[in-house]
Amino acid sequence: MSTLEIKDLHVSIETDQGDKEILKGVSLTIKSGETHALMGPNGSGKSTLAQAIAGHPSYTVTSGEILLDGEDVLEMEVDERAQAGLFLAMQYPVEVPGVSMSNFLRTAKTALDGEAPAIRTWTKDVRTAMDNLEMETAFATRNVNEGFSGGEKKRAEILQLELFKPKFAILDETDSGLDIDALRVVSAGVNRAQENNDMGSMLITHYTRILRYIKPDFVHVFVDGKIVDSGDEELADRLEDEGYVNYEKTEAPA
Amino acid sequence: MANTDATTLDEGPDLLIPGMGEEGEKLVVQQAETQPAEDEETKFGTSRADRKTSFDLADFPVLTGEEEDWRFTPLHRLANLHLPEGDDNLLTGAAPAVTVTDQDGVSIETVGRDDQRLGSFMVPDDRTSAVAWNSFSEATVVTIADNVNIEEPVKISVEGNSTDPAAQHIHVAIGANSKVNLVVNQTGKAVVSQNMEFAIGEGATANVTSIQAWDDETVHVGSQQASLGKDSTFKHVVITYGGSLVRLTPITRFAGEGATTNMYGLYFADAGQHMEHRIFIDHSTNNCTSDALYKGALQGKGARSVWVGDVLIRGNTSGTNSFEKNENLLLSEGAQADSIPNLEIETGIIDSGGHASSVGRFDEQQLFYLMARGIPEPLARKLIVRGFLNEIIQKIGIEDVEAAVTEVMEEEIADLEL
Ligand SMILES: Nc1ncnc2c1ncn2[C@@H]1O[C@H](COP(=O)(O)OP(=O)(O)OP(=O)(O)O)[C@@H](O)[C@H]1O
Ligand SMILES: [Mg+2]
Repeated sequence: MSTLEIKDLHVSIETDQGDKEILKGVSLTIKSGETHALMGPNGSGKSTLAQAIAGHPSYTVTSGEILLDGEDVLEMEVDERAQAGLFLAMQYPVEVPGVSMSNFLRTAKTALDGEAPAIRTWTKDVRTAMDNLEMETAFATRNVNEGFSGGEKKRAEILQLELFKPKFAILDETDSGLDIDALRVVSAGVNRAQENNDMGSMLITHYTRILRYIKPDFVHVFVDGKIVDSGDEELADRLEDEGYVNYEKTEAPA
Repeated sequence: MANTDATTLDEGPDLLIPGMGEEGEKLVVQQAETQPAEDEETKFGTSRADRKTSFDLADFPVLTGEEEDWRFTPLHRLANLHLPEGDDNLLTGAAPAVTVTDQDGVSIETVGRDDQRLGSFMVPDDRTSAVAWNSFSEATVVTIADNVNIEEPVKISVEGNSTDPAAQHIHVAIGANSKVNLVVNQTGKAVVSQNMEFAIGEGATANVTSIQAWDDETVHVGSQQASLGKDSTFKHVVITYGGSLVRLTPITRFAGEGATTNMYGLYFADAGQHMEHRIFIDHSTNNCTSDALYKGALQGKGARSVWVGDVLIRGNTSGTNSFEKNENLLLSEGAQADSIPNLEIETGIIDSGGHASSVGRFDEQQLFYLMARGIPEPLARKLIVRGFLNEIIQKIGIEDVEAAVTEVMEEEIADLEL
């Protein structure tokens, strides 16, 4: 059993007009096996939270803590966070020209495990995972995300999720840009990772549709850099009907 | 690498290319009503069509460094190959030794200046090329017979052994309908001005790789000019990583219709190295295709590269397809890359054309992505550089040469300061 704790996290970015605070005190605890859905308006800071957890250099944590089983995540380099068991499925996966998927997957797996995977089982694992996600094996020879369609990029993220077996995954709008069949296939991949590895997850989404496939234990409403409400699945349905207008009204004007 | 790009584009004064910008884009090109400007005397980016070509050294005055095609070259590092004191003292040093693998279908000759094949289509187009033409005493002629398919790559080794300023002339003729892979490997120490000719016969397929793997002290200025017969295919891959100063001017001209040229290059400049590549593709006839892609990686203080891509699509031609691109990756502070693609379209009707260029630093997003998957920073950086360079290495198309170049690049990358 693992725990990912985010405590009163404040994050800023540098802009031309000086530092701008995006996260204004986020607190959230995720345990192994739990799924937390995070919903909120555009620009409210959801991706910022995801990137800050992964350690993106553009985001500066000004105060607060992130702990993984008590270990200080903020002290870790980006690669160390991944090695510690954190995985971020990105909203916009990055293209890396000239680096083949298969080389990338093997290099990453080796770095994560501290040793190279046994060649026979690894090849089989990759093949199986690709089959499950209904990805053509030709993707293995293509360069990382290069020329992938939006939906293909998302599948490739989940492929990594299944192969790397993290303790916690943050899925940033993995459902956006997926067609109906792809949504089902990708959701099944997330569920498999959750069952097989007792993975905990933070699912950032705008739509309740994915929540039909991946059942959330908690739903959090994220507005203007913090969590303003939490509840169960019904909260998501209510948001779908009413939008965020009720929450925004409660915000006192600055 | 789509990141901090200090892109330099030079489209010539009267060229309208709507939608230009994104790399890899197929462009619809509309011609301007008018001809290119006539005031080329003063104009940067004057028509390449007006560049002087001549065997006569007197046609190329002593260089001042102000010349359009010399303005990026540090003349004081040319070790007098440009005869700064005047035209009287031609180059007399011993030229690097040339050896060619002995194969069926390949003949190798050493000939005098008066051999009619020399200069039969190439004409010097800058002072150092003219100096070399007027200085050499013996030339190497490599002839591939007609109608042969030579499986094993023909290897031409050019090995320098002296830093006395020298001139060199090498002429390669590929027979009609023949197919050949040719690798020129330039090593050792030299101060040399070199002219190389590639006469590509009708219907021939020539795949030429020229590797500049000189010792640190070498100064090399070289013109590599190809003339493409009807329906021939010429691939020219330049790999430059050794030498103090290397300035290459690869030129492709089309002698017949329907020919294709692919001009590729890779340079890796370390601290203090000056690597300059100026390509010229002269679309003077119909239905010809050209694709140029050069990539450079630079690291260390004073690492310097210059890339100029002149593509001229002349009036009264039709059916031209042409694309050129240059990308540079600056791996450390203190390195500088200049990149000038110059696509010039006279009144010809072209099928497609375009150019792109970038000078970028490490793509931080790529680095973050790889590290977020657990890959440590040094390894992530190497993967990115390797990936960047691989695109050119893969173009060589000769397995053992690709492997050897890959190994050299791995060593260069291993030295990356992180
Ligand atoms: N690098 C940056 N430079 C400038 N502003 C930024 C940067 N990164 C984030 N922001 C700003 O921070 C705010 C939060 O952005 P973020 O991407 O976290 O929102 P989000 O909740 O994920 O939105 P969406 O639902 O549209 O994905 C936005 O106003 C955004 O413009
Ligand atoms: Mg977002």
